[in-house]
Amino acid sequence: MPQLSADPRLNDPLPLIREKARAIRIAALKMVFAAQLGHPGGDMSVADILATLYFGVLRYDPKQPGAAWRDRFVMSKGHCTGAFYATLAEAGFFDRALLETYMGPLSRLNGHPNRNYLPGVETNTGPLGHGMPVAVGMAIAGRMDKADYRVFVVTGDGEQQEGSNWEAGMAAGHRKLSNLTLIIDRNGLQQGARVDDTNTLEPLADKWRAFGWAVEQVDGHDVAQLYDILAAPVGTREKPLCVIARTTKGRGISFMEDEVKWHHGIPNRAQYEQALKELQA
Amino acid sequence: MSLATETAGLFDCRDSFAHAIEALAEGDPRIVVVVNDSLGSSKLTGFNKRWPERTVNVGIAEQNMVGVGAGLANGGKIPFVSAAACFLTARAMEQIKADIAYSNVNVKLVGQSSGIAYGELGPTHHSIEDMAWLRLLPNLTVIVPSDPWETEAAVRAAAEIEGPVFLRISRHPVPALTRPSDARFTPGEAERLREGDDVAIISNGTMVARALAAAELLAARGVSARVVNMSTLAPLDHDAILDAARTGAVVTVEEGSVRGGLGGAVAEVLATSHPCPMRILGFPAFLPTGSVDFLLEHFGLTAAGIANAAEELLTRKAA
Repeated sequence: MPQLSADPRLNDPLPLIREKARAIRIAALKMVFAAQLGHPGGDMSVADILATLYFGVLRYDPKQPGAAWRDRFVMSKGHCTGAFYATLAEAGFFDRALLETYMGPLSRLNGHPNRNYLPGVETNTGPLGHGMPVAVGMAIAGRMDKADYRVFVVTGDGEQQEGSNWEAGMAAGHRKLSNLTLIIDRNGLQQGARVDDTNTLEPLADKWRAFGWAVEQVDGHDVAQLYDILAAPVGTREKPLCVIARTTKGRGISFMEDEVKWHHGIPNRAQYEQALKELQA
Repeated sequence: MSLATETAGLFDCRDSFAHAIEALAEGDPRIVVVVNDSLGSSKLTGFNKRWPERTVNVGIAEQNMVGVGAGLANGGKIPFVSAAACFLTARAMEQIKADIAYSNVNVKLVGQSSGIAYGELGPTHHSIEDMAWLRLLPNLTVIVPSDPWETEAAVRAAAEIEGPVFLRISRHPVPALTRPSDARFTPGEAERLREGDDVAIISNGTMVARALAAAELLAARGVSARVVNMSTLAPLDHDAILDAARTGAVVTVEEGSVRGGLGGAVAEVLATSHPCPMRILGFPAFLPTGSVDFLLEHFGLTAAGIANAAEELLTRKAA
């Protein structure tokens, strides 16, 4: 039978979620600095979302990553592997020591996740706009089997510019896939500029409502809010759920916050040490 | 054995696909289909009638269609994602690359009405590039069956393969080929349909019957032509190609582009292992307006055209 994977401390899950979010940020920073590669801005913006999912919401057993009953998670913003791999390691899918190989020669930790290299990765992502269609397929499979697992997918906000999200969103709304939850990491920045200066998403909530989705808007760094929305049972909701999580790119590292250059900027040693000190404070 | 619709001895292989998948679905509840408003053109209306709960019509949205296939496989299903080959492969190429081949998932892609089946509708609806695009994707098995029997066998084989498969199904009518009663279809193994020592004609799909007819014409001219059905394009049967090269001349024939497809695959093997005179028959460009029969004739993809190309090639054969 499905069991809560995380630990019994989950009577009040928030302290554990906060602790794991900090661990994820620190691990991701170390990985990016060691590799001199990566996407630290988005790693920091998504860390609280991932911590809430893996240490408060998702049902899984890292020793049975293919268990039929597991909740599915799709990291559609596949470039944020610093945070994603750190999360999987914290959740016990593989040893934390493996994180030290991030993007090294022949490492299992490619710049974008590969399900054939690592347990816990459901589908290979990297090119944007791929996670949603796959997540919709997972949700349809769950429906066919009358299974009670849920499917969660995280996209970036710039990623919402990819048309495939809207193809998938239309299908999920049409099919009333209440077992599907989309979380948009709404940090407001894409690779080259502000999202809303590039190709605006607004009114984003109205768009998803128009596609037949329920929409919630939360502070994506307030794990209590995230937990309340994401852990709530589907109940009588007969629509898929879109959670627009307002976040700050580079969150937790003062000089990175809301600065577009840290999309894939790499800190020098002095910056790294300052960032580490801030995350550990 | 096949229930393909017969018209004057010719068959639409989509019927064979439909018959095979319904037979499979009877015995295996994991078999599901995904379509892009392509139930009729995929001959899946019967499947939908019998198993509406196992039919996923995503509407006209190919990227979503292919991704949904990957998600269904994640849930333990064996999805057959079936759509016109031109839209399935061109529109959703990145999904096929990342979600299917690179992820290495158990999804069967079915490109219907491939090649130039849509004739007068023109190059937007022709799918003459698909073999070139798909054969280079690692993990993906690419099968181009030649007739009703092989189509049914390929559908069954695809379901048995644990991994991604692309089936290239034609709608242009083809005859049922004559085979020994114990013939078996094995993915990755070419089929030698006619023995011959002067030249080898390697083809697949709708062109195999024409290659056999060409060999008949050549025999009347005193030329002994071997005919090889390379129905599996990936993984490629290198041994069959090297054997063919021992005749000293190789002609490839495909209902597809002359660049990068079956001819390209054979040329890669010959150029690196056993160079020999070669002709690649197919389509050289976006095609002009015309019916399927007109276009095949116009570009020399007839028994006579193939035979003439083979005979010309013989003049280049090493003494």
